[in-house]
Amino acid sequence: MPRWGLVIDLDRCTGCQACVVACKHENNVPLSTSAVAAAGRLMTWMQLVPVEMPGRAAPTALPLMCQHCDRPPCADVCPTGATYLNPEGIVAQIYPRCIGCRYCTNACPYGVKLFNWTAPEWPESMAGMQNPDVSLRPTGVVEKCTFCHHRLMQAREQVAAEGRELAAEDYVPACVQTCPAEAMSFGDLDDPHSEVASLASSPRAFRWMEELGTKPKVVYLREGE
Amino acid sequence: MRTVALVEPAARHRTSSDTGGVNIEPIIAPVLTVGASFRRWAFGLSLVVGWAIFAWTWQLSHGLGVTGLGRPIYWGLYITNFVFFIGVSHAGTLISAILRIVQAEWRRPITRMAEVITVLVLFFGVGNVLLDLGRPDRALNVILHPQFRSPLLWDVSSISVYLTASTFYLFLPLIPDIAILRDRTTGWRHTLYARLALGWRGTPQQKHRLERAIGVMAIVVIPIAVSVHTVVSWVFGMTIQPMWHSSIFGPYFVVGAIFSGIAAIITAMVIVRKVYSLEEYLTPVHFGNLGKLLLVMACLWLYFTFAEHLTAWYAQEPNEIAVFNAKLFGKFAPLFWTMFVTCFVVPFAILCNPRTRTIKGTLIASISVNIGMWLERFTIVVPSLSNPRAPLHTFLYIPSWVEWSLMAGCFAAFALLYMGFTKLFPIISIWELQEESPVSSFQFPVSSSQVPVHKGPVPSGAYSLGTGPLYGDR
Repeated sequence: MPRWGLVIDLDRCTGCQACVVACKHENNVPLSTSAVAAAGRLMTWMQLVPVEMPGRAAPTALPLMCQHCDRPPCADVCPTGATYLNPEGIVAQIYPRCIGCRYCTNACPYGVKLFNWTAPEWPESMAGMQNPDVSLRPTGVVEKCTFCHHRLMQAREQVAAEGRELAAEDYVPACVQTCPAEAMSFGDLDDPHSEVASLASSPRAFRWMEELGTKPKVVYLREGE
Repeated sequence: MRTVALVEPAARHRTSSDTGGVNIEPIIAPVLTVGASFRRWAFGLSLVVGWAIFAWTWQLSHGLGVTGLGRPIYWGLYITNFVFFIGVSHAGTLISAILRIVQAEWRRPITRMAEVITVLVLFFGVGNVLLDLGRPDRALNVILHPQFRSPLLWDVSSISVYLTASTFYLFLPLIPDIAILRDRTTGWRHTLYARLALGWRGTPQQKHRLERAIGVMAIVVIPIAVSVHTVVSWVFGMTIQPMWHSSIFGPYFVVGAIFSGIAAIITAMVIVRKVYSLEEYLTPVHFGNLGKLLLVMACLWLYFTFAEHLTAWYAQEPNEIAVFNAKLFGKFAPLFWTMFVTCFVVPFAILCNPRTRTIKGTLIASISVNIGMWLERFTIVVPSLSNPRAPLHTFLYIPSWVEWSLMAGCFAAFALLYMGFTKLFPIISIWELQEESPVSSFQFPVSSSQVPVHKGPVPSGAYSLGTGPLYGDR
């Protein structure tokens, strides 16, 4: 069983936010206006947040999405099991089961779970441009990054049809695929030969807020001097 | 003018229609008559409730976007109200059960008033959670797909047990009184009371069974009540969020709950006493004793609040201190210090002085405590969420008209239901007043300076309480 993980090299990241756009488009995350964002209603599964790093004068722009913790505080507190850690290490969200109590959003120290305050809306020019592989979320439920789980589903079907094993390049989330600086890598953290496994053991590797014991599977590589 | 009759122990077993020395008419009269003032109040409160129902349908059709909430302040007024109402619900059971167990005789006229608060207010506690759900239509998923690692599930469990137990605890002592009403009414009331009286005839065997059942329930409800507010605190305490992740939250919340509960009882007592002219039964003794209890809880509350905040401040952990500073010196400072004044300064100043520990004094202290405890719940819920660990954009949470309307609706609906209860059942337990034993096991010290009437011979009617011997012969 793979244990999916993501490594982001902050030295390579240029902060261009192509990943943010790719994620929005891939996952049918509605657009927001600045007024909506000011009211705390910004919908974005991926976001660059300024984080102070030891030894750096200015805050680093950290690409932030669900950290897919191995000990997810959100899954512990969910009263209905709508959010849970699946066997492959992806923290999943069952939209039809979610009651919208927002306990998970409050328990998550990263603040990466988002609530649908209103029904999703897109500009008229984007009518019919939603990704048919990703369900639209109704009002009143919580959503977040799924590591583009639908891509894993597709890849599984593809390799089954072709009668071969799942290879690393078969399943890549949209943000990783898009990153022009090649700052992101994705793969099986438990596979010792994978790129992510070797990067995750780099001396530059750290997990954000790992002191909380959440054991995230998003690994960042510290900026050099 | 009423005569005070000594009840001989041998004459204690009587039928339900026997008034046994206690003048029960002033208690029964308000149950069977509905006055113009009642109608006016009921109409006014119904308007508020109607408006809240409109606001609720507005929220149901537009989603929680109509609230002032957002990321990261995901919880606001509704959860504050939830914690507040569940806290107030501790009034009934704890006060009534503890006083029953220690056989504090002065409890007799006030237990029912307290128990009704418990049962009614629980619905609004639970109701506020439902108001807060993004998908109230799926609320049953909590039962269909329970996930027992979630403190919310613990809440669901303990609150349902509490609601059941406190309903029984309210109902059991009602049975003999319902029988009294059954024997005096006709029509739909008679049918209703006859059903609810469960064939009560007041035989010694029935009395023995009833007293046993009440005795058992009084003991059972205490641990349940403590568990309820402990579990409510754990909704916050079990997370790792700054200033929520605190091990004293359980007892802190229970103390706050009892505190606001007593304040709620006193407030209700003053209103009921005035509206239904029950001055004869609810005397300065009751307000004095409950006032002292409120004073003790105010001191306990100060101790817990101090311990909680000193620990956070001394350690200076960056995430905790951010919340601490926002509460004490930042944008929540006006609310925090108002809470401090209303929860401690005002009640302490009023209640530590016997001269101001009057009915009016305890009422002012109680209203102040209720405002303060609501603010305490708010300043626990919102500041932590406003200062998250992750450097996210935050904003100033201002509840929307929908949230305020629903809050007003909850208070109005509670008042309406409470009023409705007084029109169906006696708000003072008649049979328990009658049962009051002349050879009293009354141990609770009552300061004589408070009730000067007690010193001399009792002027008949000037100061008397249900059964004279208890209070008159001191």
